[in-house]
Parts: sequence; C-alpha cells; structure tokens
Amino acid sequence: MSFSLRLKNELTKRFDFPLLILVLLLMAVSLFALYSSSQGDVAKVSAQAKNFIFALIVMWSVAKIPFGYLSRLALPLYCLALILLVLTMLVGDQAKGAQRWLDLQVIRVQPSELMKIALPLTLAWYFDRFERVLRPRHYLFAIFLLLIPTILILKQPDLGTAILVLASGVFVIFFSGVSLRIIGFIVTLTVLLMPFAWSVLEPYQQVRILTLLNPSSDPLGAGYHTIQSTIAIGSGGFWGKGWLSGTQSQLNFLPEGTTDFIFAVLAEEFGFIGVLLVFLIYFLLIWRSLTIAIQAPNNFSRLAAMSIVLTFFIYAFVNIGMVIGVLPIVGVPLPLISLGGSSAVTISIGFGVLMNFRANHRLVQT
Amino acid sequence: MVIMSFFLVCRLFYLQVIKTDYFQVKAEENRINVSPIAPNRGLIFDRNGNVLARNYSSYALEFLPYGVDNPELILANLSRLISITDEEKIRIRAAMADTGRFSNVIIRDDLTEGEIALFTSNAYRFPDVKLSAQLYREYPYGELTSHLLGYVRRISKSDLRVLEDRGLRAGYTNSDWIGKRGIEAFYESVLRGQLGLRHVEVDARGTELRLLDRQNAISGKSLTLSIDIGLQRQAFEALGDHNGALVALNPNDGSILAFVSKPGYDPSKFVLGFDQASWSELRNSPDRPLVNRASSGVYPPGSTLKPFLALAGLEENVRSPDWSMWDPGFFSIPGSKHKFRDWKKEGHGQVNLHKAIVESVDTYFYKLAHELEIDKIHTYLTLFGFGQKTGIDLPTESIGIAPSRDWKRKRFKAPWYPGDTISVGIGQGYNLVTPLQLAVATASIANGGFVLRPTLLRKETVERTQKGLTRANATSSRPLNLSSKNLDTLRTAMEGVMRAGGTAARAGAGASYTIAGKTGTAQVFSLRGGEYDEDSIQKRLQDHALFVAYAPAEDPSIALAVVVENGGGGGSVAAPIARKVLDAYFKSTLLGAPSE
Repeated sequence: MSFSLRLKNELTKRFDFPLLILVLLLMAVSLFALYSSSQGDVAKVSAQAKNFIFALIVMWSVAKIPFGYLSRLALPLYCLALILLVLTMLVGDQAKGAQRWLDLQVIRVQPSELMKIALPLTLAWYFDRFERVLRPRHYLFAIFLLLIPTILILKQPDLGTAILVLASGVFVIFFSGVSLRIIGFIVTLTVLLMPFAWSVLEPYQQVRILTLLNPSSDPLGAGYHTIQSTIAIGSGGFWGKGWLSGTQSQLNFLPEGTTDFIFAVLAEEFGFIGVLLVFLIYFLLIWRSLTIAIQAPNNFSRLAAMSIVLTFFIYAFVNIGMVIGVLPIVGVPLPLISLGGSSAVTISIGFGVLMNFRANHRLVQT
Repeated sequence: MVIMSFFLVCRLFYLQVIKTDYFQVKAEENRINVSPIAPNRGLIFDRNGNVLARNYSSYALEFLPYGVDNPELILANLSRLISITDEEKIRIRAAMADTGRFSNVIIRDDLTEGEIALFTSNAYRFPDVKLSAQLYREYPYGELTSHLLGYVRRISKSDLRVLEDRGLRAGYTNSDWIGKRGIEAFYESVLRGQLGLRHVEVDARGTELRLLDRQNAISGKSLTLSIDIGLQRQAFEALGDHNGALVALNPNDGSILAFVSKPGYDPSKFVLGFDQASWSELRNSPDRPLVNRASSGVYPPGSTLKPFLALAGLEENVRSPDWSMWDPGFFSIPGSKHKFRDWKKEGHGQVNLHKAIVESVDTYFYKLAHELEIDKIHTYLTLFGFGQKTGIDLPTESIGIAPSRDWKRKRFKAPWYPGDTISVGIGQGYNLVTPLQLAVATASIANGGFVLRPTLLRKETVERTQKGLTRANATSSRPLNLSSKNLDTLRTAMEGVMRAGGTAARAGAGASYTIAGKTGTAQVFSLRGGEYDEDSIQKRLQDHALFVAYAPAEDPSIALAVVVENGGGGGSVAAPIARKVLDAYFKSTLLGAPSE
C-alpha cells in the first residue's frame, strides 16, 4: 500500500460519508443564506467558512479518538465545563446584558457550549456504569448533575442553551431504561416547579414568553422580532422572492437575520419549497444519526448518540419554532446555518462523536 | 419527532401558502413609506389685489418618534434648548401616541432665527429631531379680517372624524392644516389644493433608499374677494371702541364690500397655537371676540325695520302715501287702556308715511302693525329675507327671528297676543336680525326690489375649476315685485331722514352725494332671561344703535347696515359711523385709486 493511499485511507475511514455530505449541504445552505442576509458582506461569509473548516477538523479529530477514550473523557470534560461555567459567572465578559463568554487569554470560550457535549456524554457514562444497580437515588443524582449546569446557564442568562442542555440530559435519562413511574414523577415535579421556574426567569425572558401569546401587544418592542419574521416568512410565499431579493431581510426589517433569524431569510427568499428542501436535509441528517445511534456498539454510546441526535432535533425545532412564531424567542441559533463559530463547533463535535461510534460498531460486534 | 416536525410544516404552510397574500401586503407596507407632500394653500386677495392671506416659509421642529426608546428624555433635553410649554408637551405626547409609522410629530412651529441656530449647533445630540421647512399661513391685516377670513390651524382629532364621515380623510395628513371659520373654512376644498404623495423605499431605520413614485401636490386656487380692504379698515376704525358690526355691499350684485365684526381676534394665534392664558382670555372675554357679529350676531332691529313695514303697508293697501293720522304721543289698542308710548313724549302731531319715516314716528307704526296683523307682517319680513339664511359664502350664519303665530307657539307654547304685534311694529318685539340680513334687505330697497344672495367672492376663479361650487351671484336674487311708486315713496322718505328734520340730519349734512337711510335704537333686552336689573345702568344695558343706508340715493352703488352695541342713539352714534364709511367709499371711487 503506497503512502498516499494509506494517508487517504487514514483520513477518510472514520468519516461517515452520508453524514458528512448532509453536514456539508447544510453548510453550503448557510453560506448562501449568509451572503444574502448580510447584504453581500464577504467578510462575514468567509468568517463563517473558516468556522466551518475549523469545525470539520474538530469533527474529524473527534471521530479519530480511540473509542474507549470517549467514555473515560466524559467526566473530566464535565468537571472542566462546570468549573468554566462558575468562572464565567464570576469573571466572564458582559455582552448584550448577558455573561456568557470567558476570556482564557489564548482563546475566548463559551463554556455553556462545551457543556452541551459534556453533559450527555457524562450522563451516558454514568448510566452505563450503574446500569445493573439503578436505584431512584441514582436518578436523583443524575438529575442533580443535570440541574447544576442548567441553572448556571439559565442565570447567565441564556435560556436557549439552558433548554438545550436540559433536553440533552433528559434524553439520556429517558433512554436509560427508566420506569414509567419515574417519568411520571418527573413530569409531575416539572409541572409543580413551573411557577418556580417562572420566577427564576429574567424579566426579559418572561416578556418574550408573554409576547409570543400576543405579539401585537408591543409591536416595536418585544413583539417586533416575531412580527417581522412572520412577515418575512409569509411574504415569501410558495416559490420565494428569489435569492438576494427578500425585502424584509435586505432592508433590515428582519432583526438578527444572519444569526437566530436566518431561517426567515431562507423562507422569504426560497419560499415554502426551499424550506421543505432544508427540512429534507435535516430529516436525512437526523435519520442517518438515528441509524447510527440504534446500531451503536454499547450502552454508553447508544445513550450518548440518542441524546446528541435528539438534542440536535430540539435545537432545530426550537429555532424554527421561535422564528415562525410558535415558540418564545429564546436565542437558539439554527444548527449549522446561523452565523457563529461556537455552535458550529459544538455540533460538529456531536457529529464527530456519532462518526466515532459508527466507525466502531462492527468492531465491537465481531 | 415526526409530529413536531409536521407541526412546523403545517405552520409554514399556513404562513407561506394560505396567508401569503396578507404577509406580502405587510412586507410592502414595511418597505414602502408613503409620505405626503403638502400643497400650497391658495392665497386670498381683496378686490384690488391686496393680499389678505398668504403663506410664508419657516421652520418647524419635527420629531420622528418611531423606534425611539425614550422620547420623554429627548423632549426634556430639547426643552432646555428651545422653549416648549407644558401644553405643547401634552399635545406632542398625544400626537406620538397615535401617530403612524414614520410619520412625524411637530414639536414646535415657526422657530425664530435664534432658535434655528441654537438647534442646528446642537443637532448632533438629537438624531431623531429635525428641522423641516414648512409653509405657514399669515394674515397681514390680523384682527381687521379675522371674522371674514377665519384662519387655518393644525387639524384636530374631531376635524379628522368629520373628514372621515365625509370621505375626505385621505386628502389630509395627521399634522395637516385645515381652514376653520370664515372664508378659510367655507372655501377649504378650493384653497387647499391636493395632497401629493411620495412612495419611497425605506429600510428598517426609516432611511430613504429610493423614490419609487411621486404624485406632485396640486396647489390650491387663490381667491379674490369682493371686499375692499381700505373700506374694511375705515369701517373698523369708524366703529372706534364700540363693539358692533358693519356690513356694506353693492346692491346691484350682492358683492360684499366691507364685513366687519368688532372686536376681532389675532388669527395668527390660531395658526401657531395658543397658550392657555390667552386662549381662556379670548374664550371668556365678556366682549365675546369669537362671535362673528356681522352674520351670527342677532339684534333687535329697532326702527330700522320701519321701512320694510312701511312697504308692507303700501303694498297691502293698508296705507297710502297720503294717509295721515294724529299722533298724541301714544297708541292704544282699541278697547285696551295700555298705552304704547312714542319716543317723543308729546307726539309728532299730524303724521303721514313720509313724516313717519323721517321722524321715526312710533305711533304711526304701532297702528300700522296693528292693522296689518302679524301674519302679513311675517310674510313681508320673510320676503325681505329676515328669519332665514342669506346664503352668504360663510360656514355659519344666524337666521334671526321673524316672529309669527307658529313661531311663538313652538317657542313659548303660547298664543299670539295683539300686543305682541304692536312692538314688532317698531322692531322691538320678538324680532331679531343679523347686520347682514339688515344690509341685504336695505339693498333690496336700493336696487328696486331684489333680495340678493350676498357673496364675498369677486372673481369666478372657483367656478372654472371646481364643479359644484358655484359662486353666488346676482342671478340668485329674488324679485319682490314691489310697485315702483311705493318704492319711490319710501326712498324719498329715507332721503328725508338724512336731511334737516330727519333723525340722521346731522350725519347727512354736507355730503357731496345723496344718502338714504334709517336710524334705529334698540332697547337691550334678553329674550331668554327676560329680566334685567333696571338699577344697574351699565354700558352693557345701554341701547344698541343701528343705522341702515344706501347711496347715492338716485343710483345706489353701496348699501350698508351698522349695529353699535350699547352705543346709544342710532342717529347720533350709528349714522356718523356709516357716514365715515360712505365718505371713504365715494372718495376712493371718485379718485379711482385702489385704496391702501
């Protein structure tokens, strides 16, 4: 075997091609939408391209990690993320009224993003480890592991990420073979904690939820985002207004058109048909990921993979839901499409983990 | 997951396929800002081309409240630079509350040069406030033409409601000008012109990107009035310190030459906005400067009604010119002991119609009224235009009262008594007339029996352009078909009023032209209250002085009516005022020079 062939083999054998192609398709959609919604700002587009290249490298690296390392890395990663979260709370950078970033001199990180990966891996490792001796106290501890980072993120405040982190943990618990009784208990507890949760929310978060119920109550304030994005989407119609021709996005009526509300740009310029195409890509991506999760080599990887896939779905669902005005505005980007490096990297780590599991599924079976 | 995704797709289908038309309209409304272009309001000239109402350009401070977080703070900072009264702040807040997207709110009108400079040097601090060039209405003659012209002011909510009802709302913006009162209100649709529109593509911050469409504004038409501003000023000044009104018109075509109501007001206050103090002063002034006395003020006509009763007597053959009676100084209804007294206690002796007019003999007219009876009197007063609108081109006018049995039944739920008729005979009963009605009726004597529809427009500038709004003119006159012999009798008598022995002899003396007139002195009483304190003889309770006249008597070119409130005697107070106006009129006509 020649060197170049070996190198090629080495580079590619751990990539899952269907997954990779679907991720690349979404990235391409992202660059097109970004070019339009930034009104041809090449700097933004190339910044996003760099984000994607970096994310792909990370994805490849994670896929290359020896399989056994992943479960062993989980708990240290969780602890690191937790420490960083506490540090962020104490000395983090203020931006737009929230404290989400931590400056580590060399690099600025968003510890909550790291937690999105660390938490499901840790919980999967935890349930895998206590699989045969699970008692209610194990579940209570799992909920404890889950709620600590969730509350820390909620207080940053970053409702969107908190929801995603919470969801990722809940999925692991759900698939860990928990009995219906305990699920019932959790649901009841959740309902009982609702008023408490409402009081934990920041006033602006409460306003967003109230505004969702009646956007026109404050057309220039909190309801503005929802009104403008539904106008953008609705006016796109079936065929769309065409690339670079959406008035709502090109004339800046649509706020946050490059980040959280980029879906509205797609919907306005490419219409219902374009939206269905994007949905199709997401659907295939999730389908493929689910297949990987189901075929995962062991309990840990199955739990982690399920959580990653479902969190990815929730990610997209929450974003689209808020952009089309059925969910409150919580600041969740559209995965792999919205402008932003950290969420792209986090998601790529997730897909890297999935590829890692995929590459090892036969290995274990034989 | 499938259900959740399906839910999203359904919502998107609803937005993008079912409701797409609705949202496309919304998106267009976002993108396209339609901003109005104010038309230039038509000017108003007097008959000689003097400008009575014009527009001048000045600067207003405008505020774009859209998307501003804290307008109160901006207002507070701004008021440190430029005075903004509390009333203005209230108005600004109200306007901001219901202003549409991208529409501006006026903070201050007509800035002084100092204020403009002050703001310009601080403009960087107020990115949402801008200076805008505006046209303001100006009335060079101020109070002199206030009741005639009315004024324009910023449109009010109730104005907008009225326009809405008439389907004219689209022609006005929220901060537009609208004519109120007088000519400005009556000819609003002519003077105003038509709003232009600019369709501009804007971005989310309201920045204009490109002009999509532009419909230019159409300027309003200018009007030339029949008013002679020089004569108007003479009349205004002749009234002196008195409250009152004077209306002069050309008896041949009904065109009004002078239209004065005193006191007036400063119309610029309405244009630029009142402060509370001067508004309440104006509103609550006992002189009631907001009442247009010339066409909306009602007065007992007193003896100025006698010529019309005399004509009724002649026309109805109740009297002949030669018929005479002995005046003992009072009249009693046969069978009654009550004495209706003549103004001259000892009586006028033997009186025929001529003498009755010249000396204003009350007894003669008591008896005449008694014999004519109220029904016939009512018929004739109505023929001369009393108790109804003259049809002048002004938004409001009073109809006064031409009393009748019907009227009294409706008004007081009481039958008509013979005694009521007697006081009507000297214009002192239930009758109430406006100075305008009196002038128009006098003109009908001057022109041989035509009740004209008075008009304030001279040129038919309107008719050519504006369908449906035709200028009132002489063709709308109503012939009375009076016998010329009867008319001559009366006219001769009215000339006698101005000569030696007449009640206005002093006012008539030394005129280079012949005048025919009739004096009147009306006791002040209130129809509504009915009771007044005899002891307090204040100015407000003194008699009203009235005078009607036309000249030259042989071929009249001017007819007028004067009412001087609480002025005293018609012959001593009102007639000299009329004389001054007539002198001024004939002086300028003889010289042929435009007055002023």
